[in-house]
Amino acid sequence: MKFGVVQFLGSNCDMDCLHVLKDVLGQDGRYIWHKETDLKGFDLIVLPGGFSYGDYLRTGAIARFSPVMDSIIKFANNGGLVIGICNGFQILLESGLLPGAMMRNTNLHFICKFVNIKVENNKTPFTGKCKKGQVLNIPIAHNEGNYFVDEKTLKELKKNGQIVFQYCTEDGKVTKEANPNGALENIAGISNKAGNVLGMMPHPERCSEKILSRDDGKIIFESAIDWLRSKHG
Amino acid sequence: MFIINVKYSMFLKKEGDIMFEAKIYVSIKKTVADPQGKTVKHALESMGFKGLEEVRMGKFIELKLKEKDKAKAEAEVSDMCKKLLVNQIIEDYSFDIKEA
Repeated sequence: MKFGVVQFLGSNCDMDCLHVLKDVLGQDGRYIWHKETDLKGFDLIVLPGGFSYGDYLRTGAIARFSPVMDSIIKFANNGGLVIGICNGFQILLESGLLPGAMMRNTNLHFICKFVNIKVENNKTPFTGKCKKGQVLNIPIAHNEGNYFVDEKTLKELKKNGQIVFQYCTEDGKVTKEANPNGALENIAGISNKAGNVLGMMPHPERCSEKILSRDDGKIIFESAIDWLRSKHG
Repeated sequence: MFIINVKYSMFLKKEGDIMFEAKIYVSIKKTVADPQGKTVKHALESMGFKGLEEVRMGKFIELKLKEKDKAKAEAEVSDMCKKLLVNQIIEDYSFDIKEA
């Protein structure tokens, strides 16, 4: 199995992601420069967090037109696993691989703190090791995490189980108070209809080792590894 | 004769390129909440400005481009808006184009 972590100009969580995959989970992986277009041999691609292209125009709007993105769209449409974390999620939205858009946080602040998210769908390749309703404590760090989508698409998301994570209280209640950024329906992460593309605002790579106080995030990468293993035998 | 024709047509094409100036206005859709606009409205009100009905924040983009005619320039700017400058899930846009 081979993992790739894309480096856009302004990515800053790329090293953390590759560290978790290689050093913590013992997988084979490398960085993918944003100008590369050949993704042959990769099983999972991470679009990491950061501030690609300075967040100019809109978050993710410029990165979406990097040469690597056309190949990632093809890779995803062929069933390849793609996870976008924070800025990576924003890029997935701009690219159209995931529906909706990000607005500024309702309190207009950059929010950097641990939050609780509830696993709404544990049937995706990224959540297979989670229990349904399991609460994960994972940090967020963003200015634009206020997820928006039109009503019709929201209905589709619900119907297809595409809402994967929701901000919640410590005991798993999805409340207004537990919503840090104003995201519609407390949405913290969604997948595409097929489930092979996941976007999430919280940073699992920042809490995948006990030495960093918590390792709740590890289960997301482990789920993907398990899923790939079961597929490839 | 042939050479003269080529030169003439090249000359025409160059003369035909007109510089246009586009002013593009991007606003957050009415159906989407605008927390920035709300905060600015609140600030204005606390400064004593009265009678404010609504404040909406947006973006203003100015660009210059060379095209054969105004219709071509409009089509080009419209394409730029749809492909990059505007996210039509949350934003609306309009633009004015005139010869620079």
